[in-house]
Amino acid sequence: MSEQSKITQDFFESPVVTSNLPPKEQRTKLLQALLDMDPDISFDDPLENDMVLNMGPSHPATHGVLRILLRLDGETIVSAMPELGYLHRGYEKIAENETYHEFITHTDRLDYLQPVHNNVAYILAVEKLLGLEAPPRAQYIRTMLSELARISSHLVGFGVMAMDVGAMTLLLWCFREREKIHDIFDLVVGARFTTSYARIGGVAQDITDEGLAAIKAFLDQFLARLDEGERLLNRNRIFFDRCRHVGVISAEDALAIGLTGPNLRGSGVAMDLRRDAPYLVYDQLDFNVITESEGDSLARYYVRLAEMKESVKMVRQCMDKLPAGPVHAHEPKKVLPRKERIYTRMEELIHDFMIVNFGVDPPPGEVYHAVESSKGQLGFHIVSRGEGHPWRLKIRSPSFCNLQALPQLLKGHLLSDILAVLGSLDPVMGEADK
Amino acid sequence: MNTTVESVVKELRERFGEGVEEVREFRDDVIVVLHRDALVDAAKYLRDNTDCPFPLCEDVFGIDAYERTKRFEVNYHFFSLDKNVRLHFKVRVDEDDAVVPTLTGVYPSAGWYERETFDMYGITFDKHPDLRRAYMPEDYEYYPLRKDYPLMGVPGDLPLPKRG
Repeated sequence: MSEQSKITQDFFESPVVTSNLPPKEQRTKLLQALLDMDPDISFDDPLENDMVLNMGPSHPATHGVLRILLRLDGETIVSAMPELGYLHRGYEKIAENETYHEFITHTDRLDYLQPVHNNVAYILAVEKLLGLEAPPRAQYIRTMLSELARISSHLVGFGVMAMDVGAMTLLLWCFREREKIHDIFDLVVGARFTTSYARIGGVAQDITDEGLAAIKAFLDQFLARLDEGERLLNRNRIFFDRCRHVGVISAEDALAIGLTGPNLRGSGVAMDLRRDAPYLVYDQLDFNVITESEGDSLARYYVRLAEMKESVKMVRQCMDKLPAGPVHAHEPKKVLPRKERIYTRMEELIHDFMIVNFGVDPPPGEVYHAVESSKGQLGFHIVSRGEGHPWRLKIRSPSFCNLQALPQLLKGHLLSDILAVLGSLDPVMGEADK
Repeated sequence: MNTTVESVVKELRERFGEGVEEVREFRDDVIVVLHRDALVDAAKYLRDNTDCPFPLCEDVFGIDAYERTKRFEVNYHFFSLDKNVRLHFKVRVDEDDAVVPTLTGVYPSAGWYERETFDMYGITFDKHPDLRRAYMPEDYEYYPLRKDYPLMGVPGDLPLPKRG
């Protein structure tokens, strides 16, 4: 026997069953058939072998650059493993080398579907570290824009999920509404997408009457538009059948694996930091925490849909209650001064120079502040050593934690169900990969 | 300190004695510094106690304190849904013995958080079922969030694919 065939023999008779090899008797049969030059070899069950399929990282349904490794038995998913890191930009490393103000722009790029909300979440953590509170008007504006950002983010989650399971129309309708929200941001913030709106101790600029009128005009027509989309889906047999009983997770499992936000509420756990650990002005607003008990893709979809309506309610209340007053706290050593004053006054010029070049001077310590973002619990943990830049900034990104449940949700489902499950989890890779 | 958190911390002190090295409080965030041997039992107690259970492990992450002894710190966040309070654990380890017991047996969600910590700091989690890198390539040699890793990266650390 030549060396080559010895190796082949070893391979076929190896007692170790490695993952991809067929069982031993099949291997022996295959070897015998090869030795006999028999072209008519057949097996009892051709689907008995597992197949490993690589989905992504560049795939239209993976919401960015998620890569999922799948082990398939026919069309059934035996196991799935998400692989992350294709959009890893090292924001936590960058944060350690920048002042607190400089990092605001980077938070836009975390969850890029709701930049305003990320700005606010980050600034709230910094303000907690500094022991500073923004004036009421700024808090109301932040709440209002955060809720608008939540609507815009849910619209994408909603539309893209519908598109993934085949309902193309809805995506375009959702993007039409989202476009209007971006126009509002353009008017209020000055940028459509990368807003960088929140500042330490306030917001970048006050909201104008024109901005408020635009928000009101949007809200007045939004519920009717949402209802149109809802009627398109809620009575749709195909959508219903593709999402119901797919990706089911129980309340205990969801908590154990670390789901938060609409995904956790879809399993019947009424956890919402806006109510449980109120920040901004949520303790003064009247809203419901939406839960659904089924824990499947359809339940998560219903939660998002109902949350948009709650957000509309909250924005309206904020507009009614919006107090007059300044939008910056009076803390000259921590809050960036206004541009026009920098150019005309010595004092402000000095403060601006110090804040821009050396940063604010926080006390040493560790703080953690979490908010309820549209994906789940978004938290920033800051370790300060009394310098102008954080010693360590940890971003608790909800998408990363939610994706961890994916193997559990997909197991035993069909290949085509991946889209329904992934769409209902609504991950954003900018945030998951940091 | 919130009274609920205070009673939990008191109970932890009684149960684990020397295992609780220090309790820090800053801006209402309570951090219990634990010895690593007491970590798993303390987490089990947090999850299973009836007065104030903490069913959600929100996060696990590392900190490079960059000191001669106890260089690395591993932080844990737990949230109680009944009482709406948060508690932090911290475990400190030396650089040449950077091993911490895994919490995956108590909180399955710690699995990925610990993978991320391993990826960024090289802290090993004992008996972790799937300790692979979370973001960086499998064969990457460095731990990017350590303080001695330069911001610009290490030139040539990732070989580019050959042209043509």
